[in-house]
Amino acid sequence: MPVRQYIEAIHDGLSAEMAADDRVFVLGEDVGVRGGVFRVTSGLFEQFGEARVVDTPLAESAIVGVAIGAAAVGMRPVAEIQFADFILPAMNQIVSEAAKMRYRSNGDWSCPLVVRAPYGGGIHGALYHSQSVEALFAHVPGLKIATPATPADAKGMLRAAIRDPDPVLFFEHKKLYRLLKEDVPDEDYIVPLGKAAVRRQGDDITVISYGYVLHLVLEAADRLASEGITTEVLDLRTLRPLDEEAILSAARKTGKVLIVHEDNKVAGVGAEVSAMIAEKALFDLDAPIARLAGPEVPAMPFAPPLERAYLLDVEKVTNAMRELARF
Amino acid sequence: MPDVKMPQLGESVTEGTVGQWFKKVGDPVAQYEPLLEVVTDKVTAEVPSDFDGVLQEICVQEGDTVSVGTVLCRVATPSDRTAQVPAHVSDVSVQTQPQENEAAKSGANVPQSSSEGAVTQPAPRPSGRFSPAVLSLAEEHHVDLADVTGSGEGGRITRKDVLVYLEHRQSHATATTEVKPDTARGVQSPPPTRPTSPSTGLPERRTESADADVEVVEATAIRKTIARRMVDSKHNAPHAWTMVEADVTRLAQFRDTAKVDFKRREGVDLTYLPFFIKAAVEALKRFPEVNASWVDGQIHYKKRVHISIAVATDAGLAVPVIHDADSLSIAGLAHRINELAAKARSGRLTVDDVQGGTFTVNNTGAFGSVLSQPIINAPQAAILSCESVVKRPVVVDDAIAIRSMVNLCMSLDHRVLDGWVAGQFLQAVRERLCSFGAETVLY
Repeated sequence: MPVRQYIEAIHDGLSAEMAADDRVFVLGEDVGVRGGVFRVTSGLFEQFGEARVVDTPLAESAIVGVAIGAAAVGMRPVAEIQFADFILPAMNQIVSEAAKMRYRSNGDWSCPLVVRAPYGGGIHGALYHSQSVEALFAHVPGLKIATPATPADAKGMLRAAIRDPDPVLFFEHKKLYRLLKEDVPDEDYIVPLGKAAVRRQGDDITVISYGYVLHLVLEAADRLASEGITTEVLDLRTLRPLDEEAILSAARKTGKVLIVHEDNKVAGVGAEVSAMIAEKALFDLDAPIARLAGPEVPAMPFAPPLERAYLLDVEKVTNAMRELARF
Repeated sequence: MPDVKMPQLGESVTEGTVGQWFKKVGDPVAQYEPLLEVVTDKVTAEVPSDFDGVLQEICVQEGDTVSVGTVLCRVATPSDRTAQVPAHVSDVSVQTQPQENEAAKSGANVPQSSSEGAVTQPAPRPSGRFSPAVLSLAEEHHVDLADVTGSGEGGRITRKDVLVYLEHRQSHATATTEVKPDTARGVQSPPPTRPTSPSTGLPERRTESADADVEVVEATAIRKTIARRMVDSKHNAPHAWTMVEADVTRLAQFRDTAKVDFKRREGVDLTYLPFFIKAAVEALKRFPEVNASWVDGQIHYKKRVHISIAVATDAGLAVPVIHDADSLSIAGLAHRINELAAKARSGRLTVDDVQGGTFTVNNTGAFGSVLSQPIINAPQAAILSCESVVKRPVVVDDAIAIRSMVNLCMSLDHRVLDGWVAGQFLQAVRERLCSFGAETVLY
């Protein structure tokens, strides 16, 4: 199995789906000749030509709008939003059109659309290149939201997203792009959407996370293991629909749950996970459900010390986990 | 065993006299049954028992006057667990004697609870607040939570505590079916994973892992790098150490007069460090043997002078390099130091910024040190610490004068350098420092 970076795995998944299905095409700002600002679509323009790798104007609403139209007539568009921060001009298209297409047409029409967007901070991107926007969409019925945390998941989930008959938002944590390498299968495989993954087994506390910070959690769990604290770590992978069975089972295993995400806390994904556990697993809880998340400030600061203060790190995660273990 | 204490029978009442005991030691008493009569200057009242039990001990005899809160007697209760409930001698029924009608008025609304009659407990017991998981498990497995030792915060019974208890109960149950009755003393032993301290009987927390008083933290990557480099240097380079003191009174006076103007003109502070570096650089030019490295049995003499400086940052120690420091004026050095320190503190140092140092000047005076034994920044041959500039009485021309003095400490790699050269080098640094004064040109 070849060792691939997270970003290469996404490129490979995209390329494989385009090769396998003529209906799949890519559109977005600078995805063609330039190969994407992060180089995710590098080489696709040369391989598949300008009809299937389409450079668009700087108009996110148009990118997604065009993709919805193409999806409606049977294409499989993969739209790239250069940074998740810029997805907001396309919010109306995604929420009011893509998410409602199947419902509104009583199942006559569907919208097999993928919107890819790099999100998250820690790369000195400041206000407009660091946001986590997943919670804004997690509220919307009719959407699926994928947030893979590993290269193999990124490839497998992207292929699943492209084959999905309904709109999928595919959020790629940009800090992971070149941070992680692992064995990624060459063969045709998918990682199904809506399925969480247990990343580590333990019986003192359960930590539920996703995206980049999942790796902080795993590192913290390693540290705590030397203190005799064992951690069950669940990677949500898909934020909508949430894998209820896996969440409840992980929560029940230890009765002590900490939810960790980079996005801010209020009305975030952690709130939904927490409410689900409170509704369905109250009598298995041994401690108040805890959340560790970004602060309630409007944006990621630019100054490096402030950016560090904003972001979670292994220290903060370890402390929160240790505190829960001691309760 | 709960105590019964003298109740406060009125707002300003501070003491009471035991009028009559209705019970003797050994008598059974029922809850709410009067134990004794108490007489105060305002009322006469009966003190009831709060518990079912047996009067165990009478502490205050009839006719004695004691202050509110004094233990009057002790009642042995049938169950240990009752003893954990704080004993209130509340609801004192005040029976007014007919001739003391007036006093009754003030007394009637008084009977607040006496001070708490709780027996001091040897161990903190669960508060009675249990998590849903603990309650569910206890219900499912018919566990009396009073039998379970809590290991959580404040002695809280955790879900794991119940599971451990169940496991122990189960293994004990299977064991006793095979074991003869005379070995049943095993019942008394606590579960092996929850050892208790012999002195207090309290459960020891996390005894199976690290000492609870010690927080174990994995060193950061930068910390580990510092550690490795320090160990390597101390291990490989035989450190010799020497110190001279320099009279920098003229420099101190000059700096005092120049610094405000300098700051206004240049935008950076004029510290002592650029002077120290200037002096060191010039001394290195005179004694190039010091600007060297020991490399596998060879000595590499460095033709260019790149000065490493230590900068403390939140993340740890950073050691950026002033390249070709011999080509910079004092003002130029001040700017370069300021720039590198700012980059170090904001984590923006590049690889070039930290590479190639040939000699280190360490500004330990910045944190008030007057003497230090620096570890050589390997593979350099020596490191110079410039300590705090302090005013001291010193002998000048057989008179005692107050002078601004600074200690210059140097660690050297004795493979490369001997004391003779190092000493001459330090003398050169000192001479240069002493020569700075009003006529010094900063540019």
